[in-house]
Amino acid sequence: MSKYAVNKFLFQVDRDPGLLAAYKADPEAMVARWERDYAPYLGAWNQTVERSTVVQLTDDERRALVEHDYVALFEMGAHYFLTLTIFIGIYEEDYVARVGPLSFQKEYREKLAHWIGRPYPSVAL
Amino acid sequence: MATLSAVLATTHHPFFYKATELTPPEEQIPDAPEWKQRVESYRETLTAAEPELLVMVGSDHFHQFFYDNYPTFLIGKQPRYDATFYNEEREFSIPTFQLEGHEELSGYLLQGLMDRGFDFSVSHELKIDHSIICPIITTRPQADLPIVPIYTNIFAPPLPSPKRFYDLGRAIREVIDEYPSDKRIAAIGTGHLSLELGGPRMFEEHGPDPEWDVQAIDWLAHGDIEAILENVTWESMSTTGNATPGFLDLVLMLGIAGPEKADYIDDLDLFHTREMYMTWYPAGDPRPASGRKHDLRRETPA
Repeated sequence: MSKYAVNKFLFQVDRDPGLLAAYKADPEAMVARWERDYAPYLGAWNQTVERSTVVQLTDDERRALVEHDYVALFEMGAHYFLTLTIFIGIYEEDYVARVGPLSFQKEYREKLAHWIGRPYPSVAL
Repeated sequence: MATLSAVLATTHHPFFYKATELTPPEEQIPDAPEWKQRVESYRETLTAAEPELLVMVGSDHFHQFFYDNYPTFLIGKQPRYDATFYNEEREFSIPTFQLEGHEELSGYLLQGLMDRGFDFSVSHELKIDHSIICPIITTRPQADLPIVPIYTNIFAPPLPSPKRFYDLGRAIREVIDEYPSDKRIAAIGTGHLSLELGGPRMFEEHGPDPEWDVQAIDWLAHGDIEAILENVTWESMSTTGNATPGFLDLVLMLGIAGPEKADYIDDLDLFHTREMYMTWYPAGDPRPASGRKHDLRRETPA
């Protein structure tokens, strides 16, 4: 279920501007907060009554989320759409101001270049 | 009985509005004027069909649906629909909308499709994402017609087969044809040609597999479902780009149109992915012959 947990983190944080800003400012604190306040509750809609014990990150997944390591997330099979959009949300504005349009996306692409011509890690759960 | 006056199958590009309407001309990408012109020509194919109701096929991009309960096929049944999600406004600058719904046709489709073996999920609180708002912006920017939204899963594998998508399109066509109404209905669906997101081939100068794009357009333009079913699988689509399975929604639209040659075909090779614009007129081409600038151009597959 841990690939599910990574995707749940990406889904919940990307859709909430407050959580996204916190994840950008202090990723370690945000991941810890998510594991405490979000992961233990059933479903992806931030309800805070029904609990579930099935959603837990592995150490490698926690590290990748804390380090904003989208290459590792790709290689773990986190969903490509969720991973791309959340990190565009975090980085694109700064990159555009500094380097120009699409510069973050191009850097992202280049960091994954070693996967060209190889079957990608599956995003199926 | 209702009249299916047009079937539109197209790619959706969430940056269109930002690139052509929100960016000052001097800062636009070089393709922007041609892109806008082609979209406006395409819009005319819908306008000419004089639709009164829109059945719209799209796919939620993890804006509302998640792996806790991801529907394979879902229909909305509401008096109205909101768009756009916060993170789409953030990333694509897509404005918000409120679209009128058509609960009666939604219910008729839900029952009719269930009777034909398609057990849909149904939502009474569905928010529309860019897969449906993009074609509203491009083909009906006045956003003045009631819609029936249909969502398919093209993102969370395993996915249904191309044949299942085509057969669903055929079933939607049957139900629309039987709908007891004098309304003129248009079906508009969006998907992708070869496309990569969050991978090593994204945001290149062209889409990840331009040759496949040309072949795929030919298959659709000729209504060649046999070639599609022989050649298109989850594995083959994934080879052309990790988001290429969005092609399945274009196969679904071919199912609504039937295995017929399209009446209008256009495309534009843009950065990142190729755009495609295709229209069938099941009730006859309403355009004057002199105005048909984009008839079938490729008589043989590339």
